[in-house]
Amino acid sequence: MTRRLSYEGVAVAVPVTVPYERYSTHSAHWWLGRALAGLIRGAGIAKADIDGVCVSSFTLGPDTAVGLMQHLGMTPRWLDHIPMGGASGVVALRRAARAVQAGDAEVIACIAGDTNQVDSFRNTVSQFSRFAQDAVYPYGAGGPNASFALLTDYYMKQYGATREDFGKLCVAQRDNAMRNPHALMKKPLTLAQYLDARPITDPIHLFDCVMPCAGAEGYLVMSDERAAALGLPFARIRSTIERHNAFPEDPIQFRGGWAMDRDALYEHAGLAPADVDFVETYDDYPVINMLQFEDLGFCRKGEAPAFVREHRFTIDGSFPFNTSGGQLSVGQAGAAGGYLGFVQALRQLTHGAGDTQVKDARVGLVSGFGMINYDRGLCSGAALLERGTP
Amino acid sequence: MTAPLGKPKKKDPVARTRLPTLPPASRSRTALGLARAAAEGRFEMQVCADCEAVQYPPREVCGDCLSERLDWRPVADGGHLVATTTLRHSNDLYFRERLPWRVGTVRMDAGPSVVAHVHEDCADDGRVRLALRLDRSGQAVLHALPPEDTPNMNDSPQLRASHCDPKHRRALVTDGRCALGRALAKALLDAGAATVFVGDPTTWKADAAFDAFVASDPRIEPVALDVTDTDSVDRLAASVGGKVEILVNTADHPRDGGVMTRRDVGVARDALDVNVLGLMRLAQAFGPAMGARAADGDNHAVAWVNVLSIHAVATLPGRGAWSASKAAALSLAQTLRAEFRASGIRVLNVFPGPIDDEWEQLTPPPKLAPSAVAKAIVRALQEGVEDLYVGEVAEELRARLRENHKAVERELGG
Repeated sequence: MTRRLSYEGVAVAVPVTVPYERYSTHSAHWWLGRALAGLIRGAGIAKADIDGVCVSSFTLGPDTAVGLMQHLGMTPRWLDHIPMGGASGVVALRRAARAVQAGDAEVIACIAGDTNQVDSFRNTVSQFSRFAQDAVYPYGAGGPNASFALLTDYYMKQYGATREDFGKLCVAQRDNAMRNPHALMKKPLTLAQYLDARPITDPIHLFDCVMPCAGAEGYLVMSDERAAALGLPFARIRSTIERHNAFPEDPIQFRGGWAMDRDALYEHAGLAPADVDFVETYDDYPVINMLQFEDLGFCRKGEAPAFVREHRFTIDGSFPFNTSGGQLSVGQAGAAGGYLGFVQALRQLTHGAGDTQVKDARVGLVSGFGMINYDRGLCSGAALLERGTP
Repeated sequence: MTAPLGKPKKKDPVARTRLPTLPPASRSRTALGLARAAAEGRFEMQVCADCEAVQYPPREVCGDCLSERLDWRPVADGGHLVATTTLRHSNDLYFRERLPWRVGTVRMDAGPSVVAHVHEDCADDGRVRLALRLDRSGQAVLHALPPEDTPNMNDSPQLRASHCDPKHRRALVTDGRCALGRALAKALLDAGAATVFVGDPTTWKADAAFDAFVASDPRIEPVALDVTDTDSVDRLAASVGGKVEILVNTADHPRDGGVMTRRDVGVARDALDVNVLGLMRLAQAFGPAMGARAADGDNHAVAWVNVLSIHAVATLPGRGAWSASKAAALSLAQTLRAEFRASGIRVLNVFPGPIDDEWEQLTPPPKLAPSAVAKAIVRALQEGVEDLYVGEVAEELRARLRENHKAVERELGG
């Protein structure tokens, strides 16, 4: 196989979160526009200095990234639209970093955002994909709960995970969220509350589900020289991976694309799982966290329940994990959910994470997972990031 | 094991009648191949003509070899239930009022993994057999059923959302004086119907056989009904229209004669009056009330059955006017289907071959016993089928039509 180029010379900077709201009367354009404005303000640059834009959104329709550019009065020479849901943050980085290295653009704004109006969620899921329309939506779930319930049911039976294991992760994430002013969940969660919650779709209960909301996230990709010239703290990219429709022969999803590309990820980065100071996964349901622990090499397949029992997952504990509180406690702002972990990792590595800061964070792993097109999540991605020094 | 469905409680006349809602109906055009199979009770999926890979969900090109040659074919219906869940919440109105609802992932022996409604008698992590059924939206869905039939399995809430079982329902058979009408009333009662109203188009004419039949079961209620008389139809609808949950239109006017073989249009007019305008009168009088009661309790209104003939689709010139009336009735039935779509009332079109009665005296066998047709119709209701071809003649004509419709035209005209 061809040797992959490094991401040398590329900087990722300016983590921006537009504070989430449960429901919003604004459209996606408003949220994406606020994210872009936040990036410009945060970088101390002019709007015209941004010559590349990468957009992810489910509720931007009928517009695409193109219409959004006119709406925002942008004239980029590089534009991408990434419809990969929870994998969007990592995939946007991959596209933008290479464009900056190649000189196709100098400063790229990667933004993701969605609105959430009272009927948005139903509209999004009912028209999510052809396979979902033909072969899942008619079976009653009206959303991804049932698909994840089936994966969770299988995983529990196969590998002995218990509700307490999932609960431990949810409770740890809520502890982390208590330190994040952006988190929509403001009240602590106990394991007893988790276990007593009402069932939604067996074995998934209320606190296994993310809360749909409105919000936006963004970050900038540029050369390290430019970041240094602007005086911006930044992160470097050690390696990234993405994969789509991995393991189609599996009767039900019990592993994601990370399992195909994990070795390449660490080898390219010259790092090992033990080098990672914190992990930000895509956590729309806790079972997916377990898949990521296994498939990204923190434990072997089937050993995530034991791994969960061994660690604390809080900001100050062993294995700091989803330090913002994750989607389960911050909220799922549509495609911005695919950016949440990435933007939080950037805060950690630029030491701007405030109360959620992991002490001396130097290397972070971010992973993404997206698009339940039919019975399983199709897109997976991961990035190993390192604290940048000019 | 499924608990038997109890007799529905008497309706509270003041309580609000639950209005029909439908499960999600939109499908890609290709996925409607499943509806074609389910409409006749077949289990078919796309199979790649080049590499034999079974496709699901339905595709435009083979997911294995990218061939565009995907044929709808019967495939093995067995599989293993690898995961299940019980929905206790849904954003969808239809399912929301039917919770809890069990669904699961089935790894088919034929290859694909499918999401299906899972019958309560299916064991977790066990063998299942899949069936394609039409749901209330009229679209095909997969049901995972236990490998062998279990007692009362058709009484499970999930299957009741797909079929039109006569159990505990009240039916109207529009003409009970013909042999088929009587056989149907009996078959419906044998299947557990609560009441069968049997129409009597000639109350002025004594008929000992009919009287004896009416006396044979207290659940039979004779009613005066002449489908050619709007007043008669309206009077009956005003009296029992709110109780009819299955309507079976057996009224017919079989007469010999083609077009130029007669010098008048009297026979044709009578056939059209019974078979076409009669159907229309019934639909106008009974249809709206049935539609409004399509979610009214366990014994909600559920099906409209048109007894047509295979000659609705393959004209028999020796009975040209009658064939035309059956073809016109089939056309109306399709409009009826469209108009009932919003309520979920199923329109079952029945295409029998010749039935062994006085009108087929000169037709050579095989001819269908009225009881055989009646049983096939009840089975179709129990399985929720919407197009039923009964008997060897009907099946053969249908196959020949697909093969070469011009040959059928020439041969039936011979």
